[in-house]
Amino acid sequence: MFRLANPNRFMNWSAKLLPWCVVATAILLGVGTWLALFVAPPDYQQGEAVRIMYVHVPAAWMASFVYAVMAISSAVALIWRHPLADIAAKEAAPLGAGFTLVCLVSGSLWGKPMWGTYWVWDARLTSVLVLFFLYLGYIALVNAFDEPTRGNRAGAILALVGAVNLPIIKFSVDWWNTLHQPASVFRLGGPTIAPSMLWPLLVMALGFTLFFVTLLLLRMRSALMAAKLRALRIQQSVAA
Amino acid sequence: MNKFFLLVMRDLRLALRQGGDAAMVVGFFVLTVILFPFGVGPEPELLQRIAAGIIWVTALLAALLSLERLFQGDYEDGSLETLILLPLPLEAQVLAKCLAHWLVTGLPLTLVAPLLALLLHLDVDGYPALMLGMALGTPILSLLGAIGAALCLGARRGGVLLSLLVLPLYIPVLIFGVAAIEAEISGLGARPHLLLLAALLVLALALVPFAAAGALRQAVE
Repeated sequence: MFRLANPNRFMNWSAKLLPWCVVATAILLGVGTWLALFVAPPDYQQGEAVRIMYVHVPAAWMASFVYAVMAISSAVALIWRHPLADIAAKEAAPLGAGFTLVCLVSGSLWGKPMWGTYWVWDARLTSVLVLFFLYLGYIALVNAFDEPTRGNRAGAILALVGAVNLPIIKFSVDWWNTLHQPASVFRLGGPTIAPSMLWPLLVMALGFTLFFVTLLLLRMRSALMAAKLRALRIQQSVAA
Repeated sequence: MNKFFLLVMRDLRLALRQGGDAAMVVGFFVLTVILFPFGVGPEPELLQRIAAGIIWVTALLAALLSLERLFQGDYEDGSLETLILLPLPLEAQVLAKCLAHWLVTGLPLTLVAPLLALLLHLDVDGYPALMLGMALGTPILSLLGAIGAALCLGARRGGVLLSLLVLPLYIPVLIFGVAAIEAEISGLGARPHLLLLAALLVLALALVPFAAAGALRQAVE
């Protein structure tokens, strides 16, 4: 972790890693979409609408996963003052907000034919909506200070406070009787979802994860370059 | 312990001498609740149905309005830097400030709530659940708000930002506060919801001081 703390070293290895990530993401998302749309069987109850699940569920996992990444990076940034952790948390937030939005929108599009309504105020939906607002609050807070380090530090504390929402999202379907179906993949006693549907879902989930990694690396690289550019400009204006 | 209460007294004195902190919060609370009968119509059945929700949502907003003053004054005149140097741990100071804040906002809100419940024709069975729920819930609002207020010190457009940060965190309090009243009225009993509110309060009391103190430290760094 501390070997990676040097931004130059990070730029070097991320430049090497990035093409591989792009190719793997393209292959996985391509194969996953093909599996989800053409290979996976229609559900006996939901019909073809079940295919929304192959986007909705990975997006929902990513929504929580990205927040966890953000919270862990924030903790690392607060404890060790790791310079890259701050950037990672800051750059992950808009991606997480995007995944959360995809999850909410695809869920409500699925909800209309299945539940007969776009939105219900059940515990899972409400807690994911709160997650979305936590992302927005984090982004707003980080950008609200004239001094960027101040914004990062404040954002890190907020990200850690907001992490209490993650277990609430995960267990909301167990603690309350809700309309949203309970977990069928990550549960004690193995998944209850049919293998013919599980495989496309897992390929899509892996594709989403690599998509996030690729975008995060790209965003971190451009943030570092922007910082370097700013420093060069200041140097130039001081010299001139 | 003595220092703790000295700090509480200092904040109370400041709040009372600057005048009208508590009165403003209560005034906002009452006025906003009174707007609802004009907005949705004065039918008692309708008001009775939504009374619990109106009172809790408005109390949330009233508490939110007063949060900015929690640390802002001390931050602007520099006394926050002196407070950090006190032998009393910053975490305890956060608790003292929250206690003082609750005494001038949460407590008056709790005391006025039954009067507003009367205006909105809330079922008589709901009153104890309303009072108990507010007594347990408003300290949580002060505590969670302290984190937001500390994080927003020195931020641009701090007021709007503060509501964006704090309102999502307030949602559980709102849910259990209203659910307690509805459960009591429908005969199920408010006990589980009040116990959950109490659990939230205990958790907030234990964890909030560390987060808010961390936020204050980085604000004066």
